[in-house]
Amino acid sequence: MTAEVISTAQATQDERRPGPQRSGRRSALLKISRFVRMIPLVPAIIIMVVFLAGPIIWSFYGSLTNAALSGANAANSSFIGFDNYVKLFNDPVFPQSLWITIVFTLASAVISQNVLGLGIALVVTRANKKLATIVSSTVVGAWILPEIVAAFVCYAYFSQDGTLNQILALAGLTGPNWLYTFPLLAVVLANLWRGTAFSLLVYQAALNDVPPEISEAAMIDGAGGAKRLFFVTIPMIKNTITTNLMLITLQTLSVFTLIYVMTSGGPGNDSTTLPILAYKEAFRFGNIGYGTAIATILLLIGAVFSIIYIRAARPSKD
Amino acid sequence: MKKSAAVAISVIAVGSLLGIAGCTSTPSDSSEKTIKVSYIKTDAFTALDDLFNKVKPEFEAANPGVTVELDPIAATDDDYKTKLALSHRSAETAPDVFYEDQGNVRSDAEAGYLLALDEYTAKWDDWSEFTDAAKQAGAGDDGKIYSISLGTDTRAIWYSKTVFTNAGIDVPWEPQSWDDILVAARKIEASDPSVVPFNLYAGTGTGEGSNMQGFYELLYGTDLGGDALYDSESNKWVVGSDGFTESLEFLKTIYDEGLALTPAQALDPNIWKSVFGEMFPNAKLGGTVEGSYTPSFWVEGGSFEWADYATEMGATAFPTQDGQAPGGVSMSGGWTLAVGSKSENPQLAFDFMAQALSFENALEYDNVNAQIAVRKDVAADESYLGANPFVGAVTDLVEVTHFRPSTSIYNQISVEVQKASEAVITGKMSPAEAAASYDAAVTSIAGDDMVIEK
Repeated sequence: MTAEVISTAQATQDERRPGPQRSGRRSALLKISRFVRMIPLVPAIIIMVVFLAGPIIWSFYGSLTNAALSGANAANSSFIGFDNYVKLFNDPVFPQSLWITIVFTLASAVISQNVLGLGIALVVTRANKKLATIVSSTVVGAWILPEIVAAFVCYAYFSQDGTLNQILALAGLTGPNWLYTFPLLAVVLANLWRGTAFSLLVYQAALNDVPPEISEAAMIDGAGGAKRLFFVTIPMIKNTITTNLMLITLQTLSVFTLIYVMTSGGPGNDSTTLPILAYKEAFRFGNIGYGTAIATILLLIGAVFSIIYIRAARPSKD
Repeated sequence: MKKSAAVAISVIAVGSLLGIAGCTSTPSDSSEKTIKVSYIKTDAFTALDDLFNKVKPEFEAANPGVTVELDPIAATDDDYKTKLALSHRSAETAPDVFYEDQGNVRSDAEAGYLLALDEYTAKWDDWSEFTDAAKQAGAGDDGKIYSISLGTDTRAIWYSKTVFTNAGIDVPWEPQSWDDILVAARKIEASDPSVVPFNLYAGTGTGEGSNMQGFYELLYGTDLGGDALYDSESNKWVVGSDGFTESLEFLKTIYDEGLALTPAQALDPNIWKSVFGEMFPNAKLGGTVEGSYTPSFWVEGGSFEWADYATEMGATAFPTQDGQAPGGVSMSGGWTLAVGSKSENPQLAFDFMAQALSFENALEYDNVNAQIAVRKDVAADESYLGANPFVGAVTDLVEVTHFRPSTSIYNQISVEVQKASEAVITGKMSPAEAAASYDAAVTSIAGDDMVIEK
């Protein structure tokens, strides 16, 4: 908007075409005033650089060294260029961990939380108020639990003598040790349980903005429930869907406590997502440089997802 | 109205900013000296906390103007070491005195975290009471003393006489070879399938414990003996040894035949609590390899009090593979106390440490925590010798014990050993594959010129 104002001002000024002196002073004033308008932003920019960009740059630099937690490299770390990344790509654990992270993110967030959140939101907007409140509260209750509490709850639920197996025992089935035999499934379900509330709240707000007249009009035209959903409701909340997907993807990529407490990334590396791998490498094995390289890769993956979502959310030019 | 509100808000905002800035400025009162002491305190391990809480008021009374700030950390050994290493990286968080694993001393000294104590031990009368082995345990690569031993430990087979007698095996039990263990375990399995015959820790769940109380007992009992992991002559890591593969095969046998815990149980970091707290007292476990500190859990005041342990349990040396010399295998570790290199009051820190390691305090600590004494005067004391019925047996194991090669990359090698044992017990790799994978990992970690084929 500012650009339009300035260009309009410029155009008006060109039309009038006073002497070159006067137009120079005008544009100089405009430039200075634009700069002055930026000054209140400077503290915010400084904070962002120091607390966001700074650590990212420092972490990237750290991944180019062989910094360690103990031993000679703790006293004097040296610059080793991209050796950490070369080692990472040659390590068989890395592609496995990458795959597990992608599966975890897609299964528990992009597909499950998204669809479930939308589904519950659709149902809740039509149900009677009391039922809606109960359902919403239950779902949101799981989300507001501190992550460590939620992690313990899920550990207790899925472990060999846990709640799930006790329920199955009532039905006469002996459940396996979920955390050992199906660790990825267990953490996906745990994260799904925990994170659905976010999508629910986002979609509830979005659905409130959908004008009922349009769906009524579609109903009069003979569109059934499913057609109304896919051709009226969803296109209207398209931007919300994209934003929600971006947020939950980024949140899920960095899930750590839940998985670490439930399975520690185990058994072996069966549920080791990239954050867990980075933690293990940096703090268990003391290879801070190597762990930072993994974290940097994770950052890049997040950036790629963000770009995809932002592109998808860009309003189409008519 | 609007303008005055805006003014009021701005004044409050600026005022609170100044107030916050003012509050965070550190007091520059230098007459108050503080010694920060970091150590582990968990439900199962309170001996050190008790010791420091006893020494703190005595030390503060003897040194006016000095405050001792105790920093007990409730964490597993591995997490504690990580937290300690991180706190060393800055002078503001680095502790003055701290509990340090003997196996990390060389690596941490190299990292510059530990203060060299030679000038302080030279003036300390009690230093001559420490055994040579104990003094060596706290030395760095450069030969300087970087930490002082609190006590040491050995590993032995602890077995339930009840279970063995029920299975028809004579007690006291003294296996002479790996086969003897298998024979006894199979007998127990046949007589009572609800009992776990023999536990051997393995995998990454129990961390370093799975090596010390598991794989190393096997490995150091093979042909290469004390040089099976790290060749002391060439100072290189051993790869491709038959002993490594054969140790993995033994693990595979006892796990596959159901003579040990299930792999899922073995990978649980808290399984040792079940072993001490439930399985032995309820005679549901035949035998396990565990440290000499085991009685500390069962004595009065321990975490898993068990009045009858003295009569129901037995301890014996873990045998070498085929009974070859020296006939038994044990691993020693132990913890030490050290002074941080960034300490502002090194003399005070050392004095605090020295008081915690005095004759009376060391005696009390070694008895309560079932440690093997590293001071000659403590080792000769009657109350030490009579603390529990197994003191003599586990102290004898010092003769056949081995220490880990605590170089700076030992942690990573240790993890590779844990991974190998885990792969074998979970069936993910065969012993030969796991050994090959270990060899490749060690070569990659240590470098081609730091490994030797045996």
